[in-house]
Amino acid sequence: MRRFDNTGGMSRRSFLRSSTAAAGGLLVALYVERSAVAAGTAAAPAFPPSAFVTIGADGRIVIMVNRIEVGQGIHTSLPMILADELDADWAAVTAEIAPVADVYKDPILGMQMVAGSTATANSYRQYRELGAKTRAMLVATAAERWRVGADRCRTENSVVYGPSGRSARYGELAADAARRPIPEKVRLKEPGELRIIGKRVRRLDGRAKVDGSQKFGLDLDLPGMKTALVARPPLFGGGVKSFDDKAARAVAGVRDIFQVPLTYGGSGVVVVADGFWPAKQARDRLKIEWDLAGVERADTAALLASYKDKARRTATVAAAIGDAGAIDKLGADRTIVAEYEFPYLAHAPMEPLNTIIRYDRDRAEVWMASMSGTADHLAIAQVLGLPPAKVTCHLLFGGGGFGRRGPLDCHLAREAAAVAKQLPGTAVKLVWTREDDIRGGYYRPMFVHRVQVGIGADGKPAAWKHVIVGQSFMKDSGLPFEPYLVKDGIDHLVVEGTVNHPYTIPNFHLSADHTKVNVPVLSWRSIGHTHNSFVVETMIDELAARAKVDPIEYRLRLLRPEEKRLISSMKLLRDKTAAWRSSLPVGRALGVACGTYYGSGIACAVDVSIENGRPRIHRATAALDCGVAVNPMTIEAQVHSGFVFGLSQLVAGGAITLADGVVEQRNFDRFTPPYMADAPVEIDVHLVPSTEAPTGMGETPVPVISPAVANALAALTGKRYRTLPITKL
Amino acid sequence: MKDFQLEVNGERRTVTVDPSTPLLWVLRDGLKMTGTKYGCGIGACGACTVHLDGVATRSCLVPVSLVGARRVVTIEGIARDAVGAAVQDAWVETDVVQCGYCQSGQIMTAVALLKSKPDPSDGEVEQSMGGTLCRCGTYARIRVAVRRASSRAK
Repeated sequence: MRRFDNTGGMSRRSFLRSSTAAAGGLLVALYVERSAVAAGTAAAPAFPPSAFVTIGADGRIVIMVNRIEVGQGIHTSLPMILADELDADWAAVTAEIAPVADVYKDPILGMQMVAGSTATANSYRQYRELGAKTRAMLVATAAERWRVGADRCRTENSVVYGPSGRSARYGELAADAARRPIPEKVRLKEPGELRIIGKRVRRLDGRAKVDGSQKFGLDLDLPGMKTALVARPPLFGGGVKSFDDKAARAVAGVRDIFQVPLTYGGSGVVVVADGFWPAKQARDRLKIEWDLAGVERADTAALLASYKDKARRTATVAAAIGDAGAIDKLGADRTIVAEYEFPYLAHAPMEPLNTIIRYDRDRAEVWMASMSGTADHLAIAQVLGLPPAKVTCHLLFGGGGFGRRGPLDCHLAREAAAVAKQLPGTAVKLVWTREDDIRGGYYRPMFVHRVQVGIGADGKPAAWKHVIVGQSFMKDSGLPFEPYLVKDGIDHLVVEGTVNHPYTIPNFHLSADHTKVNVPVLSWRSIGHTHNSFVVETMIDELAARAKVDPIEYRLRLLRPEEKRLISSMKLLRDKTAAWRSSLPVGRALGVACGTYYGSGIACAVDVSIENGRPRIHRATAALDCGVAVNPMTIEAQVHSGFVFGLSQLVAGGAITLADGVVEQRNFDRFTPPYMADAPVEIDVHLVPSTEAPTGMGETPVPVISPAVANALAALTGKRYRTLPITKL
Repeated sequence: MKDFQLEVNGERRTVTVDPSTPLLWVLRDGLKMTGTKYGCGIGACGACTVHLDGVATRSCLVPVSLVGARRVVTIEGIARDAVGAAVQDAWVETDVVQCGYCQSGQIMTAVALLKSKPDPSDGEVEQSMGGTLCRCGTYARIRVAVRRASSRAK
């Protein structure tokens, strides 16, 4: 049995195994290990037989993707990386989402998950090596057949070419190639040799998603499957005192009604029925008496008052650079004091949350679009009382995720398992209605920031004092990631974007109060950057305006020299927007923001007017440096997506609020994410050319759009917008 | 429970359901046609949009008992219409989709628009498409794809 290496950090060891596929194709599996610390498990790995690439005798190439597709395009870009090194015929490539298995764990994170914009960054080399090793095996097979040296063969478009005009298609070689040993080392292509990486390639899932054939979890129909809905308590953590299900059981198609524990605490009542409608009819007819005694009733207005009070005092120090007293030495006329308010935010992915489990007493099968495959798998096994090896977990396409399909407490998986355990032999689909989702917690936390900035004689920030108040979902979570993210009492995910801001500020003091509130919270696409970057980028803009310096030039003068990717992005933005910035019509204004997120630098400029009392974004231009752009078409789509998602915190109906413990929004009537008219009419995306390893893109565009728009609005109205969402201009 | 006769994508279908059941759930759970999506159940997101006698309609708001003789066309049947096929092709060419969950509703809405207004203005596109929610933010490419389908269908 192999052991984990203990070198930690980025080092890893890998080995390959091959086996002959039943269909006579080529199977290659690359097993990647890393330190047990990062993996979060000390147990010796037991690798199941598994594969990343299969080549059929007909030449069809199936590439397994070790991440779920939730819109981010990874189902196309990881296969592109592998296919490029394989010299595959791209038209013959299809992709499949890999199930939960050790072999598919992220080589850096040590678990299967979709988080932190890590997919391309962490699996770029892995998928290149997989492609190159598979190609080498095919070449070696052909060379042996032709009795020539492998160095005399070349590959192109799924064909090996040898001397004297000989050639063999991959499909003809695959069965024999699969019996060969897998090479330890292979040469990877030089940048100039890449043929698929860097091209604008359309999505492999494009057609199935326009003809209605793409199946999501909510669409799966297993034999005898039942639909379950849970009636949840009106307060987080509340429980069932008693319930009367007489009227509910009278609904045709209802199979069972019982109480279930909820992961956050408290309990609910589950209705199991033949389909969604009878389940909903029955749930509406339940008469439940809730036990709410002693349950803390969070209230937005009260929280706001309390947070603002806390923000006036220094909390746990996150950063202290230079002279902490510098701020007090500058007079009031050289100081800006600002208070920012950010509400709770729901993710509201378009596909309502759902999990399917069939529990067969000695084993179980799961179908879910989990962003935490490894953790959810283990959680389900634990709830069912089964060894993990007895639980098969199929991962599905997700109708949006944004963090919501990977809750850290695995409550989606745990609650579905608790329900399925009561119905052995029956596949049960636990569905969250949209109301359950909007009211159900696990929000981006509410925050208050208080910032004092002292302005130097040169117009640059001479001193910056900053307090952040709001919940941490990582601190005291007990998760394996906690020691990496929470240090000296500070959760990096709360302060990211401010603690590591990209500017030169000689005296800088940041503290944070990770207050506790009875509202479950969770990461929301781009996590701490959503609020931190809004504060930093609107404040920098205010400083630029006071200094009467162009907002792009001001930032270029202030960015730290080591922010190379951000500086190159900002310069590209300056060039690409020069024409439209200099010809803005009356009534329209420029707004700028930038940042470095997930290793990538991004700069954004918007052209905004006010129409019917709302911001109208005529154009948004993005310039960014994410290293090698694996698929520029997907990167462009992620910028579109990130911008619209980022605007979620700006649009008038974009807040989750609580009154006396109860969430005030129910559905998309009162919680309204951006629709078409709220989004930029046109978006243009410009990439800084690069041969450096790729970095994250899924979340990178999210943080910059709302400060850019708020900065444009400030230019239009002369007012600074520090309370989100912006309900009044 | 009651029997209802429906015409879906040109085929006559019989379903036995509670008369209050929304057409959405008749399609999805009864007829196993899952291309039409549940997003909100209150007509606010448009993911469940189908055509009733050619009119874009939110199927989560229409009880099966009120469908009557109207012809139901869903995403599974829209390719048989020339405009429907043109819109789907334009969507693929423009690489509109991301998670894809709302796109059946987007496409059904776009087809209804282009059948009534083959060459809509930008304002008309925004007005027609403006009520269909996409959390992935594919709106800018939807604008391009509607324009592309419009010139293609002409």
